[in-house]
Amino acid sequence: MLQIDPQDKTHLIDSLFRTGPRFWVAALALAAIVGWGAAMYARQMLLGLAVTGMNRPNYWGIYIVNFIFLIGVSMAGTVITAALYLTGVNWRRPIARIAEATTVFGLMIAGLQVIVDMGRPERMLSMFIYGRAQSPLLWDVASLTLYLLTSSFALYISLMPDLGILRDNLPEAAPRWRRLLYTVLALGWRGNREQWRRLERVIRVVSILIIPIGVSLHTVTSWILSTTLQPGWHSTILGPYFVVGAIFSGIALLFILVTIVRQVSSVKFYIEPRHYRNLGWLFITMSIIWFYFTYTEHLTMIAGQDTVEFPLLASKLWGQDAPSFWGMVLLMALAAYLLISPLLLPVRWERALFFRPRFALATAASAGLALVMAYAPQTQAVVAGPGLPDLPAALRVTAIALLLAAAISILAWLRRHVVGGAVIASVAVVVGMWLERWNIIIPTVTHPRLIAWAAYTPTLTEWSLTAASAALFGLMLLVFFKLFPAVSLWEVAEGRVIDAAQAAIEIPLPPESGQPKWQRRGIRKRLA
Amino acid sequence: MPRWAMVIDLDKCVACQGCSIACRQENNTPVVSPEQAALGRAIRWNDVFPLPLNEPAGAGAYPNVKPRYMTRPCMHCANPACIKVCPVQATYVDEEGLVRVNYNRCIGCRFCTIACPYGVRYFNWEQPTWTPEMAQHLNPDTVSEEGSLEGPAVRPKGVVEKCTFCIHRLRKARARAKLEGRPFRADEYVPACVETCTARARYFGDLSDPDSTVSQLAASGRAFRLQEEAGTHPNVIYLREG
Repeated sequence: MLQIDPQDKTHLIDSLFRTGPRFWVAALALAAIVGWGAAMYARQMLLGLAVTGMNRPNYWGIYIVNFIFLIGVSMAGTVITAALYLTGVNWRRPIARIAEATTVFGLMIAGLQVIVDMGRPERMLSMFIYGRAQSPLLWDVASLTLYLLTSSFALYISLMPDLGILRDNLPEAAPRWRRLLYTVLALGWRGNREQWRRLERVIRVVSILIIPIGVSLHTVTSWILSTTLQPGWHSTILGPYFVVGAIFSGIALLFILVTIVRQVSSVKFYIEPRHYRNLGWLFITMSIIWFYFTYTEHLTMIAGQDTVEFPLLASKLWGQDAPSFWGMVLLMALAAYLLISPLLLPVRWERALFFRPRFALATAASAGLALVMAYAPQTQAVVAGPGLPDLPAALRVTAIALLLAAAISILAWLRRHVVGGAVIASVAVVVGMWLERWNIIIPTVTHPRLIAWAAYTPTLTEWSLTAASAALFGLMLLVFFKLFPAVSLWEVAEGRVIDAAQAAIEIPLPPESGQPKWQRRGIRKRLA
Repeated sequence: MPRWAMVIDLDKCVACQGCSIACRQENNTPVVSPEQAALGRAIRWNDVFPLPLNEPAGAGAYPNVKPRYMTRPCMHCANPACIKVCPVQATYVDEEGLVRVNYNRCIGCRFCTIACPYGVRYFNWEQPTWTPEMAQHLNPDTVSEEGSLEGPAVRPKGVVEKCTFCIHRLRKARARAKLEGRPFRADEYVPACVETCTARARYFGDLSDPDSTVSQLAASGRAFRLQEEAGTHPNVIYLREG
């Protein structure tokens, strides 16, 4: 019989057996979207890929964008938890399970994107029979399979002690099939000394292995593009750029998912603002590296002025791809601002009236009003005469100034609401990173070397399948967290012991100096 | 072993698109609706397009107009970018230097269409269709061995196809020579586009034979290959406009 803290039992185990209407509404809504996507896919199978917006030269579209994006977000889970585990970071414990599940299900959905994109998915197994080792696509299949297997294994072994606990601590009303499920999956886990010793060893080995495997997957995915001769892809920065982007978008998705799980379940007792703050540092680091790589990538293109590459860059900067490119830059800048600036605000300023959220809201609303006025036909009708100011321009400048003031005055709110700030920044980063994947794929395929330039607009089928993929991802997580605790029971219990032990250690302050303060500062007392 | 090559004299080419039409008839290229063609889904194994590609005004303004055209089959590169990325070896180079596609193995991932720097590869976005009259007159030739389907054989939807240098004609020429009990000569076969070329701007032959027409034209000062900087070593050689 495995013991468990009674509080953990109420928060984490008993909640698994209370299925309210909210769960069914969410599950049915997601299942409906998945069903719609399945119908659209059946139609695509029947009519061919002509139902998509793809064409020549636009041979790859939103499916590949989704594929790369999903590969990216799946990076954050297992690789980050493994890195945090190996470096002995204690706060990783409550978020590890959510992160690992994100990886496993994200990878599954990513694999699905490739199948959806194929013209003849029924011949997929040919890759293993006739595979050409030189093809980067085959490297990616190998890497993805390996990463999926390793991260599923990592998820399962860290789940095993929990399954043993669940088996022994089920509520009376638990249905028989769930009792059987946990008993079978626990594989006879009794939590004795030898089992723990083996588990720790396996977790350590897997944690070491998974980091190179994860990095390889993201690098190889970038090599699919960078080993071709296409303008904009044939670059060495793409590998590290993908890895950094992957961790960046992965943390963003993790923040969003952790917050959702936290809001809808009793997990909020385990995941605190300090987790957001700590992971936030990694998020900020990735944001800075991302900007650095983005700048490097585009600078070399500008400096080279290559005849096939420069039109692509021009299209991104001021051509048909400008909305997605500048949208991405704006969202990323917004996220960086939301994450970094609150840390820079001096504490005593917070008391000023200027830093009330009410003030920020009012300023933002005034900015909106000024913008509306600037573009209103009545204002446009005012003719700027000699001596008179250009009214629309003045209003636009006012609006920008007010927006900047609002952005600064919201900082104090952001610092107090770490979770809210992190979630807003994360949504910006998730959308921004999806746009980044778009900006890598689409401008290049629309600007080929020897085919006239083209444009690409995804069709309803492609958007439906994208929505269905997201819904399927959500549904998988929903069902998984209904069956298994979202916070690792044993890791949290272990962390509590470590925290208690660390709290008992008292590091003494340096002894008081006998010297007066002015002497310590090196000021000699002037002799009278 | 011959090394098949084509020489296209741009000085002679009148951009009549005869090669394109002959290729369609010879190789059972599906007909797409005008709407699909406008979306960029027309399949032209042998394409004729104006230069410069992306500047319609690049040819100048009346009366100082200099229209230029390019005619483009598959380059049948000696070092093709497309075959290296195919994850199932559905596209490959054979021992005579022809880059081939096996319609029965292609999984439709379209990596080769992305990798080809010349844009010669086409994808079947939908089930191929013809008007009833055309459907009755499809070329019955196929090049198929066990598990493979190539040449003008009707392609299923969802696979990639491209110019084959009319490999079925090569097969037939070889078979004829064998039947007549004599060795096969490299000048016994030309692709349909070469045969039909109004201006006789196209030459076809064996580049490994130094006395062949293509070898001699390839040595011309006007000879160049498309995008030599891509390192693909095309077997289609152009002669510069004078």
